[in-house]
Amino acid sequence: MSRAEVPFRLLPELGGSSHFFWTSGERGELMFLHCQDCGCWIHPPQPICPRDHSKNLKPDVVSGRALVHTFTINHQPWMPGPELPYVVAIVTIEEDPSVRLMTNLVNVEPGDVEIGMPVRAVFEYHADEDGDVWIPLFEPDPERS
Amino acid sequence: MDANEIIERRACISGIGQSDIARRLNRDPLELTLDACLAAIDDAGLKVEDIDGLSTYPGLGGPVGFSGAGAVSVHDALRLELDWYDSGIETSGQLGSVIKACLAVAAGLASHVLCFRSVWEGSAQGEKGRSAVMPGGDGRGASRAPSGFMEWTLPFSAPSAAIWVSMFAKRHFHLYGTTREQLAQIAINARANAAHNPKAIYTEPMTLDDYFAARMISEPFCLFDCDVPCDGATAFVISRIERAADLRHPPIRVEAVGTALHGRPSWDQFDDLSTMGTRDAGAHLWRRTDLKPSDVDLAELYDGFSFLTLSWLEGLGLCPVGESGPFVEDGKRIARDGVLPLNTNGGQLSGGRLHGYGYLHEAVVQLRGDGGARQIAKSNPQVAIAAAGGGNTCGCMLLTRE
Repeated sequence: MSRAEVPFRLLPELGGSSHFFWTSGERGELMFLHCQDCGCWIHPPQPICPRDHSKNLKPDVVSGRALVHTFTINHQPWMPGPELPYVVAIVTIEEDPSVRLMTNLVNVEPGDVEIGMPVRAVFEYHADEDGDVWIPLFEPDPERS
Repeated sequence: MDANEIIERRACISGIGQSDIARRLNRDPLELTLDACLAAIDDAGLKVEDIDGLSTYPGLGGPVGFSGAGAVSVHDALRLELDWYDSGIETSGQLGSVIKACLAVAAGLASHVLCFRSVWEGSAQGEKGRSAVMPGGDGRGASRAPSGFMEWTLPFSAPSAAIWVSMFAKRHFHLYGTTREQLAQIAINARANAAHNPKAIYTEPMTLDDYFAARMISEPFCLFDCDVPCDGATAFVISRIERAADLRHPPIRVEAVGTALHGRPSWDQFDDLSTMGTRDAGAHLWRRTDLKPSDVDLAELYDGFSFLTLSWLEGLGLCPVGESGPFVEDGKRIARDGVLPLNTNGGQLSGGRLHGYGYLHEAVVQLRGDGGARQIAKSNPQVAIAAAGGGNTCGCMLLTRE
């Protein structure tokens, strides 16, 4: 994605436990917190595993493959952002369908989006003096369509 | 369950009150709040010095206009002498604050608890609309998305509940074949009822063509699926039942409340996006009573977005899961002369976004038979449901008349 196409986004704080999530895109990787004892994927990040209460957690890379669980085509200018209308979706990651991510779908006509559509992560780079951010967005996955 | 354990039955609604309500009043929101509070106390036949408890939602804080007064302001302005008080947003929807008041009088902590909810979103947003109070929107700078839930929405330009709830609706449409024509009936029914509510914001008749001509907000929601911000306040007096016998109106009894939330407390991580916390709160309510959904004479169900009303219809078992669309389809069942009159004051879609308390107010009006031109057709209604909230913050109350 060229710099000219990058819309305004209200970027996340990078000081907390989600720092890895917003910066792993530098390597083209999507990461979620992962319990090293029971294998539970955890989102958003929290200090203990919700299943076995282990503190032995670390971010691990996932495939970036996901399915569109639901979506909306937004027409309302709530705040500066992508060109209207834009697609907001909730996707489920391939490694664990109970882990969901709110995101935007890109490189697709809004009218072509369907529930169940296979998508893959792409990252939108935002240079920022408080810390660079890579926003995980999703696009149709040609290998699974 | 032993009926003696259903301690909310020791509580009743003894007084109701409302301030002026309009799109924009540009009046001190504390004044509106006190107008509603004094009206409720007077309606109960009580004096200010009889009030010994205070409860409100959400307390101070939130976006500009979201809260017209906190508990402290009302406590001090009325020089109340309180045995119990409470305030806060982390509860079972807006009516969670009333439910807590019921528990307080049942527990003997207080005898007459004043509850209030006050908004001035209309004036606060001004001509710019909701964007004026959005993080990063017009007029209010924010350089970073705050941590917490908004961290996972704002970077994706999804700051509004309209977007989050529309995705629940989309999932429901996908699984059950629900349509915009069906959704429209919630808005059209509300508008028809608002025509008979002197305090309602929008009272012009609405047709299906009008609905489809409205601009789109977040699909499948158009403008008429979203409630209208306003200024106004609503208040109740919740009394211990044995202290209500000699008051001005026959008490409206609290038969059961529903406060449960079993899914994750999150708009996007909730376990089933085709339902909501309405499922948990609704089931909870019916576990606490021998009454059945078929006993309900009227329902006042949250319509901050039209789809939330469909979700409450299913969550409360007033229709089968997945069938709320067909249930409301031609509008006849939910009209004032239907089997289940719904949102008889125009709800928040046309009546104004009083944020939760308006439903309970209207349920009491109808059970008392005081609805005037909008009183439901069935005579002598005995059982009403008021439900508020949606998504992951839901609370409901089953009311009966003596």
